[in-house]
Amino acid sequence: MLEVEGLQKIYRSAAGDTEAIRDLTFEARAGEIVCIVGPSGAGKTTLLRCISGLLEPTAGRVTLEGEEVVGPARGMAVVFQEYARSLFPWLTVSQNVELPLKEKGLDRKTRRQLVEQSLEAVGLADVPNSYPWQLSGGMQQRVAIARAVAYEPHILLMDEPFAAVDAQTRADLEDLVRDLWERLGITLLFVTHDIDESIYLGQRVLVLSGRPTVILEDVKVDFPDQRDQLTTRNDPEFGRLRAHVYDLVQEAKRGFRPDAEAESGASVSTS
Amino acid sequence: MATAVPTTAPPARQSSAKQKRARNFSVNRTILGLAGIVTALAVLEALPRVGIVDRRFLPPFSEMAVALSERVQTSVFWEALGNTLVTWAVGLSIALISGILLGMIIGSVGVLRDATASTIEFLRPIPSVALIPLAVLLLGTGRPGTLLLVVYATFWQVLVQVLYGVQDVDPVARDTSRVYKFRFLTVGLRLVWPTTLPYVMTGFRLGATVALILTITGELIIGTPGLGRLLAIAQESGQVASMYALVIVTGVLGVLVNLGARQIERRVLHWHASIRRETAS
Repeated sequence: MLEVEGLQKIYRSAAGDTEAIRDLTFEARAGEIVCIVGPSGAGKTTLLRCISGLLEPTAGRVTLEGEEVVGPARGMAVVFQEYARSLFPWLTVSQNVELPLKEKGLDRKTRRQLVEQSLEAVGLADVPNSYPWQLSGGMQQRVAIARAVAYEPHILLMDEPFAAVDAQTRADLEDLVRDLWERLGITLLFVTHDIDESIYLGQRVLVLSGRPTVILEDVKVDFPDQRDQLTTRNDPEFGRLRAHVYDLVQEAKRGFRPDAEAESGASVSTS
Repeated sequence: MATAVPTTAPPARQSSAKQKRARNFSVNRTILGLAGIVTALAVLEALPRVGIVDRRFLPPFSEMAVALSERVQTSVFWEALGNTLVTWAVGLSIALISGILLGMIIGSVGVLRDATASTIEFLRPIPSVALIPLAVLLLGTGRPGTLLLVVYATFWQVLVQVLYGVQDVDPVARDTSRVYKFRFLTVGLRLVWPTTLPYVMTGFRLGATVALILTITGELIIGTPGLGRLLAIAQESGQVASMYALVIVTGVLGVLVNLGARQIERRVLHWHASIRRETAS
């Protein structure tokens, strides 16, 4: 479904080059939820932008459904962290959801149906004519999710989508995402800095090192698909995974990297 | 607009109290504003009567009012007012349309922006009035001459605002439009244009006032038919009270133009953070 091979990203500027991503290789199978965690500044957003085709990698390639990604792909949707800036304030909720469908060339009837269904699916069927800024932060992010879902993507990329909402809303939105994923059978790539969230949502958790980024470990999360906030999070296995991923992220923060011996000097500290 | 915001109850009560306060405040402001005008008029009436200023040059306000009421009954006055308004509206429209079109194009193309920046910075500060000899030579003393002045002055107001506006497109919104593969035209109409609109409205508001100033200036100096020319004639023939009456009319026009522009702004930008009232986050 999605293959990332030897991805490298170097930001070039007059002041000097910054290597954000060193070498990333992984794949996501169709219908999988893969979460990506890492310390802050680990190039998570850079990675997501490369995968979405918004940013051109310096080396390596991203392949989506057998085709190399050179720009935003048709079967893909992205939910950004900054919902307030991603939604257009001059359009109503339903107009925001509908606009990408218009661009897709769908006829009016299909569009209306998709808008209705997706707003219903995120629990916002009652506010189609409101403006996004009249809604709470959590509701605005729901609108952005509805817009992505209505687009009927095969793969959905989410870039720290719940970083700016309160804890309770966050739990609700996590369940909403799991629910949508189950119902739609899409592939989901979810970037977060929240370890608990990555384990609760993911079937796999990719732990990234600090900059320049490589993968520290591909952690498998062996929970059944039916998860809920109380029992899943209280499962002893959840605690074990949490501790494990936490340790990895701490190591990443201390500068540990698997390729440390190849690196000269500075960031070497193997424990 | 009905919304189902979960946290409406307590803030709603607060805001209704706040609204009441705001309303009281605005009533107070209206009263104060009127009081200010009345005071100014009273001073204007008193100064020449007491003899502090020479009433040959500044007649009491009551005389201006009489002169105005006489003027208003002549068809010459209404014709002049109509002429002024037409010149103003035509000039403003030309400046708006060309400023918006060129601004959108120049602002969207990096090369054009860089290439024109220094030229714009040079041409913009040239006072329109300095072009009067050129306007008369090229276009004569009729409406076209004054229009040149109006369009020149107003165009820059609009263009510069639009150039800023086009630059202001939010990067996340831009990414969103790319992810969902918006066509070029859709990006222009649904993203860049609404982002630019607040700036266009500012340009419109500033431009509307500037256009009025230059319309009157052109009429006054070049002699294009309109209120400005009546003003010049009144001055030359020593009808001082009548001259002041016309000055008052142009002042009122300016106020009306500004109020109208603000009304339009409020309507067009109802979604914008500076205008919208109810918001949950």
